[in-house]
Amino acid sequence: MPWVLLFLPLIVVAVNQLILKKSGLAPCLSTASSIATFIIALLLLKTTGLHSFPWATIGDFHIDIGIQLDQLSTGMMIVVTGIGMLVHIFSLAYMKDDDAKARYFTGLSLFMFSMTGIVLASNFIMTFIFWELVGVSSYLLIGHWYQKDSAADAAKKAFLCNRVGDFGFMIGILLLWGITGTLTFDQMVVPETISSGVLSAAILCIFCGAVGKSAQLPLHVWLPDAMEGPTPVSALIHAATMVAAGVYMMFRVQLSLGTDIFQGLAASTVIAWVGGITSLAAALMATQQDDIKKILAYSTLSQLGYMIMAVGLVAGEAGMFHLFTHAWFKALLFLGSGAIIYACHHEQNIWKMGGLLRKMPTTGITFGIGTAALIAVPRVTSGFWSKEEILAAAWSSNKPLFGIAIFVAFLTTFYMTRAYVVTFLGKPRSKDAEHAKDVGPLMSFPLMALAVMAIFSGYGFMSQNLNVYRPSVEETGGHTIILAASVISLLLGLAAGFIVYQGKQKEPISIPLFKNRFYLDEIYSKYIVGYLQDALAAIIHFFDELFINRLVVDGLGRASVSLGDWFRRLQSGSLQRYAVAFVIGILLIIYITVF
Amino acid sequence: MASLNNYLLASGLLFAIGLAGVVIRRNIIIVFMCLELMLSAANLSLVAFSRFHPVNGLPDYSGQMLVFFVITVAAAEVAVGLAIIVALYRARQTIHTDELDTLKG
Repeated sequence: MPWVLLFLPLIVVAVNQLILKKSGLAPCLSTASSIATFIIALLLLKTTGLHSFPWATIGDFHIDIGIQLDQLSTGMMIVVTGIGMLVHIFSLAYMKDDDAKARYFTGLSLFMFSMTGIVLASNFIMTFIFWELVGVSSYLLIGHWYQKDSAADAAKKAFLCNRVGDFGFMIGILLLWGITGTLTFDQMVVPETISSGVLSAAILCIFCGAVGKSAQLPLHVWLPDAMEGPTPVSALIHAATMVAAGVYMMFRVQLSLGTDIFQGLAASTVIAWVGGITSLAAALMATQQDDIKKILAYSTLSQLGYMIMAVGLVAGEAGMFHLFTHAWFKALLFLGSGAIIYACHHEQNIWKMGGLLRKMPTTGITFGIGTAALIAVPRVTSGFWSKEEILAAAWSSNKPLFGIAIFVAFLTTFYMTRAYVVTFLGKPRSKDAEHAKDVGPLMSFPLMALAVMAIFSGYGFMSQNLNVYRPSVEETGGHTIILAASVISLLLGLAAGFIVYQGKQKEPISIPLFKNRFYLDEIYSKYIVGYLQDALAAIIHFFDELFINRLVVDGLGRASVSLGDWFRRLQSGSLQRYAVAFVIGILLIIYITVF
Repeated sequence: MASLNNYLLASGLLFAIGLAGVVIRRNIIIVFMCLELMLSAANLSLVAFSRFHPVNGLPDYSGQMLVFFVITVAAAEVAVGLAIIVALYRARQTIHTDELDTLKG
C-alpha cells in the first residue's frame, strides 16, 4: 500500500509521457491518480511502520529506499495529496485552453511523486534524491510557459537558488552522517562526545537546504519570481507543499536527533532569527506589491518565516501545525487568485480589478475566508490556532522575536486587507474586471473544499482525526498577553487597511524601498553576480585559457604536429636513403642477436 | 687450396661492393645489377660452407640446394624487376633514383 502511494504518480508520469502525450487523456489520468493517492493517504492515517529495501550496498554501508510511516509523515501526506487532488481538479478547468496540457499534468504528477518521496523518506539519501526531484518538477512547472522569457528566467532562477542551498544541505548530510554514523532517521543518535559547535555546524548546513527550498533570507528571491508559473502550480508547489518541505525536513531532523539537543544550541538561535527576519522583511515587501500573486508570494515567505522561527525556537510542533493550517488557506488564496486571474483574462494587477465581490460571489467569499484565516481571526479560523502556538513559543523563549512576530501579524492583516479591499470592494477599474463572471463548478468546488478546511483544520477534532502534530494545550505564562497582542494587531491592521485603501483608485502611499523588495535583487545582480561571479568567472577563464586551452589542448596538438614534422623528414623519397636505413637496421638486429 | 676464410672474404667483399653500389649509384639498372651482386655473394658463401662442412665424407648438399633455388628465384626476380624498370621509364622518362621521389613527405 505505501509503495502504491509512492510509485503510482511515477507510473502515471511514464504512461503520460510515453503513451498519452498526444491524446487528451493525460489530464484525466493524472487527476485520477491524485484522487487515488489521497484515498490511500487517508487509509494510511495513524498507521506506523517502516518498509524498506536495500538499493545500493557497498561493503557494510548500504542505502535503502524506505518508507517511514509515522504521525509526522502520514499527517503531512494528507496535506500533500489533499491539496494536490484539489489543485488537479482546479487545473482541469484552469488549463482547459492550454496547448500543452499533457506536459503540465505530467509535471504535476512528477511533482506529486517527488513530494511523496520527501515526506515518506526514511533516510537522508532518499530525502536528498527527492529533494532534487521536487526542484526539477518545480523548474518544469514554473517554466511551463517557457515561450515567455520571464517564465524561463524565473524557472532558471528558482533552480539555481535551490542549488545554492542544496550544496550546503549535502555537506550537512555528510556531516551528520559523520556524527551519528547512520543516514536512517530512526537510528540517529548523537554521541555524547560531540561538541555543540560541530553539531551546530552540521545542523546549519542542513538548514541551508531548508533556506533554499523554503525560500528564507537570503535565498528567498526565487519564490516571488516563481509566480510566473500557472497559478494552480503556485498554489500547490509554491505555497502549500514544496516550500514547506524545508520546515518538514528540519522538524524531521529534530525528531530524529531528539529535541533536547536543540535546546539552547547556537544553530537553533540562528534558525529562529533567520525565520523571524524573513517573516518581517517579506511582510514589509508584501505591503507594496501590486500583483495579486506577488502579494500572496510574499505572504507565503512571511508565513514560512513563522514556521522556521518556530522550528528554531524548538517548537517544531507549532511549526508543523502552522504548516498544516497554512497549506489549506494559502492554497485557497492562490486558487482564488487563479480564479480571479482566469475571470479577468490574465490580469494580475489588483489596481485594475475592484468590485469583484459582486461579480464573483463564490470566489469573493472563499477568498475572504482564506484572508480571515491568514490574518488569524480569533477563535473562528484555523490560522488563529496555529499562529497563536507560534506566538506562545516565541513569548516563552525569545521576547524580541515575539515582538517581531506580533508586528508581522499586524502587517499581514494590513496587506491582506489592502488586497481584499482593492480587489473585491469598490468599483471595477478596468473592462476586464467589469465583465468578470464567476468560475465554473470545477474551479469552485476546490475553492469551497479548501474554504471548509481553512476554517476547520485548526479545530481539535480535525487535527486529531488527521493525526497532525499539534502542541499539547498547556497554559503557558502570558496567555492573555499573547491573545491581547494578536487581537490588537489584527484590529489595527484591519483599521489601517480599510482607512488607507477604502474607495481609492490608485496606490495612496508609495514606499519604493518595500516596492522594490529592499533592492535585494538589484544588489544580488550587481554585487554577487557582478563582482563575485564575474571575478570567479575571470579566474576560471584564465585557467581555462592557460592550462586547458594552451597547454593541454593546443599543447598536445602542437606536440603531435612537431613530432610529425620530425618523422616526415625520414620520408625523404630517396631510394638510397631507405637502403641505408635498411642496412643499418639489419646491422643493428645482427648486433643485438649475436652479441 | 683456398681455405673457408678466403671464400668468405671474397664473398664479403662482393657483398660490400654490391651494397656500396646500391647505396651510391643513381642509375637504377646499376642498382639492380649491384643487388644481383649481393645475391651472388650470399650464394658464394653458401657454397663455401657446403664445401667445408662434410657429412659422411661428402659436402653438405643442402647448402647447394639452397643456392639453386636462389638462382632460380633471382632469374624470375630479374625478369620482373627489369619489367618494372621498363614500365617506370615509360611512365617517368627517367631511371635516375634521385628524380624518383614522389614518396617524399
